[in-house]
Formats: sequence, C-alpha cells, structure tokens
Amino acid sequence: MSANWDAFFSAATLIAMVASGIRLAVPLLLAALGETYGQRSGVLNLGVDGIMLLGAFAGYWTVLETGDVWLGLAAGMIIGIVLGVASAVISVTLKAEQGISGIGVYLFGLGMSDLLFQRLVGTPTPITKFPKLDIPGLSDIPWIGEMFFQHSLVVYLAFAAVPISMFVINKTTFGMNIRAVGENPEAADSLGVSVSNTRYATVTIGGTLAGVAGAALAIDLGIFQQNLTNGQGFIAIALVYFGAWRPLGVMAGALLYGMVNALVLQFKTLGIIPNTWSDIAAMAPAIITILALVIVARRFRAPAALTKPFTRGT
Amino acid sequence: MNRNTWIWIGVAAAVVLVIVLIAVASGGDDEETTAGDTTTTVTEEVEETTTTAGEETTTTAGEATTTTAGEETTTTAAAETFSIAIVAPSASNDLAFTQSIVDAITLIQGERGNIDVQITDGTFVVEDAAAAIRAYADEGVDLVIAHGSQYGGSLQEIAPDFPDTSFAWGTAADTFGLPNVFAYEAASDEGGYVMGTIGGQLTESGIIGIVGPVEVGDAKLYVDGYQLGAEAEGANVLVSYTGSFSDVALASENASAFAAQNADVMSGTAQMVVGAITVANDEGILWFGTQANQTSLAPSIVVASQVYHWEVVMNEIIDLVQTGTLGGNVYEINLENTGLVIEYNPDFPLPDEVRAAADATIADVIAGNVVTRVEG
Repeated sequence: MSANWDAFFSAATLIAMVASGIRLAVPLLLAALGETYGQRSGVLNLGVDGIMLLGAFAGYWTVLETGDVWLGLAAGMIIGIVLGVASAVISVTLKAEQGISGIGVYLFGLGMSDLLFQRLVGTPTPITKFPKLDIPGLSDIPWIGEMFFQHSLVVYLAFAAVPISMFVINKTTFGMNIRAVGENPEAADSLGVSVSNTRYATVTIGGTLAGVAGAALAIDLGIFQQNLTNGQGFIAIALVYFGAWRPLGVMAGALLYGMVNALVLQFKTLGIIPNTWSDIAAMAPAIITILALVIVARRFRAPAALTKPFTRGT
Repeated sequence: MNRNTWIWIGVAAAVVLVIVLIAVASGGDDEETTAGDTTTTVTEEVEETTTTAGEETTTTAGEATTTTAGEETTTTAAAETFSIAIVAPSASNDLAFTQSIVDAITLIQGERGNIDVQITDGTFVVEDAAAAIRAYADEGVDLVIAHGSQYGGSLQEIAPDFPDTSFAWGTAADTFGLPNVFAYEAASDEGGYVMGTIGGQLTESGIIGIVGPVEVGDAKLYVDGYQLGAEAEGANVLVSYTGSFSDVALASENASAFAAQNADVMSGTAQMVVGAITVANDEGILWFGTQANQTSLAPSIVVASQVYHWEVVMNEIIDLVQTGTLGGNVYEINLENTGLVIEYNPDFPLPDEVRAAADATIADVIAGNVVTRVEG
C-alpha cells in the first residue's frame, strides 16, 4: 500500500489529478453559471442536461464536418440560444410548471441528440479536440503551470465567466433587475422593471451557456455518444444550490465535484481504493456534494420567487 | 420592439428549430420514403422512434402499441417469417456491446433470410427496456433478445407471462429455471488473456492500464483475463472501474490518469471506452479493444480487438425455437467455438514473433493449459 501512496504523492500524479479535476469541472461550471442567472431571476430550468446534449451534438457534428473547433463551439452556442428562448417561452410566457416542463426539454434533448447522431453520423468517429493554450510565462512555473495554465482556451474562458457573472449580477442595472425579479417580482414590476423581459434574458443566457457547456464537453472529449453528458446538467443544477446562487460558490462547487472525481479516479488507478469498492467510490462526488449542499442550504435561502411564474396583479 | 414581438420571435425560433431537427432526423438515408406516401412515412417514423428509444419513459407503452399496429402488416405479408426482437442498452453502432449482437443477428438474417428483425436500442433505463421486452412479447415475436445483464430482473417477471415466447438473455449464465429463457455469455477472459500477453510483450514502460465499467459480467471477465495475460508477461497492470458503462468523460480522464503513470498500453471494455481511446490516440498509447472491432476509432494505435460473434450461439437458439424448445439452456461463446475471434489491425506493425506467440497462447487457452479467470 505504501508504494501506492508514494506513487500518489508523486509530481506526475498530483499534476495529472488537479488538471483532470479542472477539466471535469468546466462543463459543470459553464452550465451551472448559466442556470444561476435563471434561478436568480426566479426561473428553474431543469432542461439544462437536454440543452447540453443538443449543444454537444451540434458542436461535435460541426467539427466533424468542418474540422473547426471554434465553429463547433459557436454551433453549440446557437443551439443553446434557441433552446434557451424556447425554455423561456414555456416557463415565462406559457407559465408552465417549471419542474415538469424542464424534464420535457431534457427528454427532447436526450432523444433528439441521439436520433440526430444515429441519422447523421452513426458509428462514433473521433473529431479534432481543442488545442492546448499554454499561458506564456505562467505555464512554465513548475507544478502550478502544468496544473492550471496548460489547458484549452475554453477552460480559461469558463473561469473568466465567473468574475464576469459576479460583476453582471451584483454591479449592473441588469443584475439588479435580475435579483429584484427573483426576490419580489411584484415590487420590481411596480417600479417599471419588465419581469418577463428580464426572465427571458436570464433563461436565454442559461440556455446559451448550457449549449456551450455541451459543445465544450464533446469537443474536449473528441467524440459523441448517446447521453454523452451522463446527467451533468442535473449536477449543474444541484451546484447552483450548492453555490447558494452565487457565481463564486458555483465555481467552488464545480471544482469540488471535479476534484473529488479526479481524486477518486487516481485512488482507483493506483489501487488505493480496491476495485471491489469502486462502485461505492464512484458515488463519493455526489455524496460529498449533497452533504455540502445540506450545510449550505441551512445558511442561505433561495430567491423568494424561484419556480413561481409571475402574473401581474396577483 | 415590444415584449410581444420578442415572444413571437422566440416561439417562431423554437418551432423552426423543432421542424428543422425533425426534418433532418427523418431525412438522411431513407431510401423508401416518397413524397405523398403517407403510409410509408408513418410506418418509418414509428420504427425510428422505437430504434432510438431512451427518449421518453412515459410514451414507451404508446410507442409499443403503435409499433404493433405497424408491424402486423409486415407479419401478415410474410406468414413463415421468424421474428426476432433485440432490446439493448446502447446504440446499435456503438462499436461495443450492442453492436456485437446487432451485427450477429444481421448476419444471421442475411444467411438464413426469412427473418424479421426489430431493434430497440439505447434502453439504458431498465424500465424502458422492460416495457420494450413486454411489448415485443405481447406482439407475438418468436424470439426476444434481452441483451444486457441488467435486464435479468425484468425478464424474470415478464417471461412467465408469455410461455409461448422464447427469450434469450445475456450476458448471463442463469435461465431462472424458466422453460422459455435461454442465457448466453461470453468467455471474454479468454481473448482478454491472449491480448494481455500481446500487450505485455509490446509495452516498453512495463505499465498497462485497463479501464473497466462496473465489476460485473463479461466486463470483469475481460479485465481479469487481460490482467492475468499481461502479468504473465511481467507487466505491471493498473485497473480502474469507472462505476459507469456510459460515462465517456470519466473514461477519458481515467485514460489520462494511466498516461500520467507512464502506461504505454491500454485496454478497456464497455461503450464508454471511446473516451479513453481518443486520449490513447493523442498520447500515442497502444489500445486493445473488445466486443467489436475498434480499429476504425484510432487506426494508428489499435493493435487488436476481441470480437464477439454471437451468431455462433444465436443460430443454435433459433434452431431450437423453430423446433419447439423455447429455453432452458445456457450458452457460451469462446475461442474454441469461434464465438470469440481476435481480429488484428492490418495497419499495425505487429512483430511476427509476437503474433506467433499469440497464436500459441490461443491454442493453450483452448487446451485449458492456462488459467484465464480469477475465481470468486
């Protein structure tokens, strides 16, 4: 066992583990940040995973056809925008029960992405992945450079979206409208803030980031398969609660989930966790996230109007 | 623009997207569809929905009923046709588990003719699979193949309700004592062992990584067999089960973890390994496939694949069903009965002596001279 632990504490293993944790966190971070906008304005979109799947397929197929990874990412984004608007129509205009309608969007994305894959591609075919972008200067720092600064551009963009989201939500008029609409839509409405316009914008931002998250996942893996996300969209929704509806908290949650996954993976690879325990170990990230969620949920409360459709005068 | 304009733009965009997606999905390789031919189109749509499955639990029953209606026409048209239905967890062309059975039945269909095949793939949700199995039995299909060890519990409940229908279940070694259930399994440890010895000879770092899904069934057999074979050649084998048959991202990260440990040979089983293969390809790590020939995924690094030829046992099962025996037997595909075949990548420069050693190992495995299975 000690030899295994020695291998674990080697530079190669620790660097690989942190880099792996970051890669695993990126799709979750993007999708959860998007969902944060929607939830802060009072809309719960359970269809994130479905949007991610269609974004993933759109990204994959575009790269397969054109060989251009950035065009692929753009395709995922466009699908995300369209499905975001569609989700907004369902939950804001049609005032559908958000829990149920989101599941509908998820099932649509799950089935349609697979159907399109079967009809347009068929057999899994590898595609070009994102090129690695070493940050000049920083990527040469021993250990730290390899862990944090030798990723693809998408990874840096995902983490850059965190301070941007913090700024948008906390420091701009649009952000103030989002928070007002999520806490007390009647009051916001009486002050002239359009509840539905604000919610349309946030749900569309959520859809866009979910589409990008899916495309980023598929292009990072270089492959597409049925149900590629394997439920990551639902984990992203849980991470919004985990992060107490704050971008920084969401990032912490995504990183925790990714890191625990990577840690368990290394433990299994090195035989520190015996294979007979691997099924239980596979649950560790979810269990740790749920435990943290329970602790967080006791300290923070959800936006008061979350899941409640707004009708003027009620 | 006022709010309503935006809403209508949103509605229009969503409607257009849905129409485009459906149009694209129902287009493609449909050679039979003719404009204005309503009947053909409807039938095809039904078939497509069933084939992709995994979409909506709630509508499965409805789909099945519609399928029955659509298929009755076919059955009536060809009275003597033997009908087979396959229910499988992943896509028909997953280059792995599901493809192995679909390829086998397609081959049999080509050889025998007069066989009607229906497929419901992508039923990774067991309840969906159960609904499909029951629907096919209800429809009067002669042989329903439940291709997934996870479907056992459902089959145990469904099979007694349809005593005149034959069910084949795999990979498994248990017929539940039911007279209308066959079980089939793969001795995947045998090919695993042979390829393990090849990997053990090819590795330069002496470290080999194997990505497994869940430690059950033919996945465990394969991983154990490969490990024993590689260790017989003195390699240090790292094994990791991701805990999922479908988590491509975890399989990919698992392969990266092996790469960090200097592994220069890898293998793995289940449909999620496509994620590991792309990483192996990037890192120039050799790959051994199983279940289906995986050479097309990474032609420069795949050395060989153990390919399942279920037709060996399925032909026997069909013969029995046609003569009135609906179940009770357990079958195994292995190297000896050529249900398992090692297919080499013709473009990989495998040294002649390694190939010769592999052939000798195959003979040893068939003769029972080596232990390929971990007991317990």
